[in-house]
Amino acid sequence: MELLVAIIIGVLVTSGVYLCLRARTFPVVMGLTLLSYGVNVFLFSMGGLKMDEVAVVGMSENPTDPLPQALVLTAIVIGFAMTAFLVVLALRSQGEHYTDHVDGRDDVPGRQDEGGEA
Amino acid sequence: MNLAFVVMLPFLGAFLPPLVERFTGNRTLLACGAALLPATALALLYAPTRQVFAGETLHSTLNWIPSLDLSLDFRLDGLALLFALLVLGIGLLVILYARYYLSAKEKAGRFYAYLLLFMGAMLGVVTSDNLLLLVVFWELTSLSSFLLIGFWGHQTGARKGARMAMTVTGMGGLALLAGVLLIGGVVGSFSLQTVLESGDLIRGSEWYPLILCLVLLGVFTKSAQFPFHFWLPHAMAAPTPVSAYLHSATMVKAGVFLMARLYPALAGTDLWFELVSLAGMLTLLWGAFAALFQHDLKGLLAYSTISHLGLITLLFGLNSEMAAVAAVFHIINHATFKASLFMAAGIIDHETGTRDMRRINGLWKYMPYTAVLAMVASAAMAGVPLLNGFLSKEMFFAETLDSHQLGALSWILPVGATLGGVFSVAYSARFIHDVFFNGEPVNLPKYPPHEPPRYMKVPVEILVALCVAVGVFPAITVAGLLAVAATATLGGNLPEYHLSIWHGFNLPLIMSFVATAGGVLVYTQRRRLFALRSRVPDIDAKLVFEGQVQRLGRWSAAITQRFQNGSLQSYVAWLIALVAVVLLTQLGKLPALSLDVEMLPMDGVAILCTAMLVAGALLTTILHRHRMTSIMSLSVVGLMVSLLFVRFSAPDLALTQLSVEVVTMLLLMLAMYFLPVRTKAESSSIRVLRDMLLALVCGVGVAVMAFLVMTGETSTISQFFMDNSKSGGGGTNVVNVILVDFRGFDTFGEITVLGIAAMGIYALLKDLELRSAKYDSLGRPWAKDAHPLILVTISRPLLPLALLIAVYIFLRGHNLPGGGFVAGLITSVALVLQYVASGVAWVHSRMPGDYHPVVALGVLLAGLTGIGSWAFGYPFLTSDFAYIYWPVVGKFELATAMLFDTGVFLTVVGATLLMLANLGKLSLLDDKREDA
Repeated sequence: MELLVAIIIGVLVTSGVYLCLRARTFPVVMGLTLLSYGVNVFLFSMGGLKMDEVAVVGMSENPTDPLPQALVLTAIVIGFAMTAFLVVLALRSQGEHYTDHVDGRDDVPGRQDEGGEA
Repeated sequence: MNLAFVVMLPFLGAFLPPLVERFTGNRTLLACGAALLPATALALLYAPTRQVFAGETLHSTLNWIPSLDLSLDFRLDGLALLFALLVLGIGLLVILYARYYLSAKEKAGRFYAYLLLFMGAMLGVVTSDNLLLLVVFWELTSLSSFLLIGFWGHQTGARKGARMAMTVTGMGGLALLAGVLLIGGVVGSFSLQTVLESGDLIRGSEWYPLILCLVLLGVFTKSAQFPFHFWLPHAMAAPTPVSAYLHSATMVKAGVFLMARLYPALAGTDLWFELVSLAGMLTLLWGAFAALFQHDLKGLLAYSTISHLGLITLLFGLNSEMAAVAAVFHIINHATFKASLFMAAGIIDHETGTRDMRRINGLWKYMPYTAVLAMVASAAMAGVPLLNGFLSKEMFFAETLDSHQLGALSWILPVGATLGGVFSVAYSARFIHDVFFNGEPVNLPKYPPHEPPRYMKVPVEILVALCVAVGVFPAITVAGLLAVAATATLGGNLPEYHLSIWHGFNLPLIMSFVATAGGVLVYTQRRRLFALRSRVPDIDAKLVFEGQVQRLGRWSAAITQRFQNGSLQSYVAWLIALVAVVLLTQLGKLPALSLDVEMLPMDGVAILCTAMLVAGALLTTILHRHRMTSIMSLSVVGLMVSLLFVRFSAPDLALTQLSVEVVTMLLLMLAMYFLPVRTKAESSSIRVLRDMLLALVCGVGVAVMAFLVMTGETSTISQFFMDNSKSGGGGTNVVNVILVDFRGFDTFGEITVLGIAAMGIYALLKDLELRSAKYDSLGRPWAKDAHPLILVTISRPLLPLALLIAVYIFLRGHNLPGGGFVAGLITSVALVLQYVASGVAWVHSRMPGDYHPVVALGVLLAGLTGIGSWAFGYPFLTSDFAYIYWPVVGKFELATAMLFDTGVFLTVVGATLLMLANLGKLSLLDDKREDA
């Protein structure tokens, strides 16, 4: 199981980071969402994995670690707020600049590493 | 009497002149106001002076930052006393002088405030008993001198001069700080007393060469030693009282003061001799030589000051106790004659309107009294017998003759000294002859010049009187002060010496004769020398310096533009690359990765779900250009993450994740309404490859780290929460109790962030106009259907049911999975469903559409619950609970935490709806515009 969760974290972070590096706002939003899934699961996994051992007093002999859960719970909600903020920022940028490029314009001078339009 | 108080007096006094200026324009009153506190400080020093003369060293201590070994320690020994007297005494004379020097139009209040600020800083430097404290005051002198040099900020010269002085002395100050930190590292303390007693330890340390170089950098920049001397002539753009005070008597002496102060700790090695005496000798000669060729009165004095500072440095560098005594003696003498000369130059400038010696001639006729004063002071500068300059100069000559550290080349020192003397006599002669005789004045801006106001001459008279008194009766005037100061410098043993005018017909006297005769000879040949000098191109230090500063500016701008190129995409890449580097360096420190560890057994469902999650994530990424498909795949990922939480005993997280998933999808769909449906393929394959590499490094690194933590030994503090949840927080759902009780303060911060994000979104969406696409990616127009009937029919009865569930989840949250966050999200989903099904207009006609009051109310309620515990004498957010018996329901728990949770609930509902409803309204606007 630990191996599976580690793979999940790895895939989520890899996809998230790759999408965050894209040039348009929408993939970046998707990337950040994936990345926050990854980070949440990562934080959650720091308490170790336990099955059917809910951290409620009296329901389990050997309960799982509740602290990472409490941290992740607020992180999920804050993560949503951040995603929403980013989405709206992207919309505002679209409204102001008439482009959805993260740089606010399609051609930034001095950006040599950008390849030609394919 | 507290020493710290005396040091603070000028700082306090700095507030007085601007205050006085506010109430009166009377310049005399203003000067009196400025002089009040320094005069008090000087008076307060009377009793300590007697103690110091009796051989005591006074200390005072105030703790400041004990953990850094930094305390407000002050000491008053002979050396500190000498400098304190110079700083306060000459400071008072300069205030009197400035009363007449500054014109009525100038902001004298500000000037005095800066001057007093400097005075306090300088007093701090000389009385600090802690090296770090000394550095702090040292920097303060640089800052206040910047303000004073730039006092006439409307002149370019003043601004550039101030900047140059600040840069050079500031960099020296940094070097000094580094040196002091190293000394502290070697000695183990920053206390001056300890450092002075650890001379052998420092000199024996392997760090000694570095320490010495760093400290000397501070000293040489401050005291304008070659090759850092160039800032001093440009600092002459300052008002003359400043030059008289800072650039002759005090600030430039801070460097030599530090050499005297640290003499027992640093001096006595060959390296010290080589560095210090070489810099001193070069400065002495170059300053004296350059002074002769200055046509500006203050320029001549500035180079002469450089030269005399070089002389003092050279004396310290000779590593002989007698030379150190001579150096201290020359510090006193130079301060008196040079301050009076600057003041005389200021009078001449004031009365003639120019400082150009080619125009100022024959002033003897117009201002004979000032002329006499200036001539006596010049003679002291030249080292004429019966004046104080002669005495220390003789000692200097004698010391150069006594030094044999250069072996067969030892003759260089006396020859260099004599040569310096020659030029010193020559420029002094020029100051006297060129200004007061040598024909008639040429084209003066103010004509005819006359004697200055009576009291403007008083400071000059006092200083010149001191020159004569010390020169004629050294034993009864200066001997006592010199003895205590020199004793403090050397740290104990004072060599035997006699201050007297006549030492017999000896070699130093012959050197004096040679210097005087040579100087007069050089002066008579000045026209030829000037002609020769004019053939050599001038190097304007200001131009060179400004050029370097601008080159540095361009260079840093180029580097900045290289990285700050306005491309957010590249910033993100840099950030992630940095994270990847950190990950790679840290992975090496983790234990070896092995799959052969104890793990929970896998099962088919888990593998299937993992496969689906991985597929979803990969599809989201690979198909990210097809945005709708990408969102669909993303929702699969979210769902699988919720299941993961279910599987691993985190029902609270699963509930939260599931509801968040719903609102996130809605949000993305709403945004899609305005954004292009497809992403163009525009990244080059190199960039794609690079991004893949970065992503893989991060992903694999994080996965490995997570795996190692999950399978490794962990220790946790959670047992505390498990044990105290019921008894301390009154709930059995530990996760919820942590949120609302144990770590309630964190949660309070988090809902505040949520509220702020919602407000930010509200602000961003205000007045935003966006046009939606009218056609899909294949060119078909979007359907304009009204709200689908089935959804409307199902969603309406769902609302009360969903709200009921939310209440249930909320109420049980303290004991079973649930709570404010989850209940808030469920409520939001239920309400958002109405928006989706029936439209914004329908919903807003049935309930208020303003959600920011709800957010505010939520944060306020949570905050008030926290503050409420103050009323009962408990810290912020202490919770309490009680059980009550309700009819029908039975035993029921009431906890203040529930009130807090209600705040959380309201914030979540308000924030979520504020975000989504406002986004929804945007499309409403768009539709209306279209209809119109």
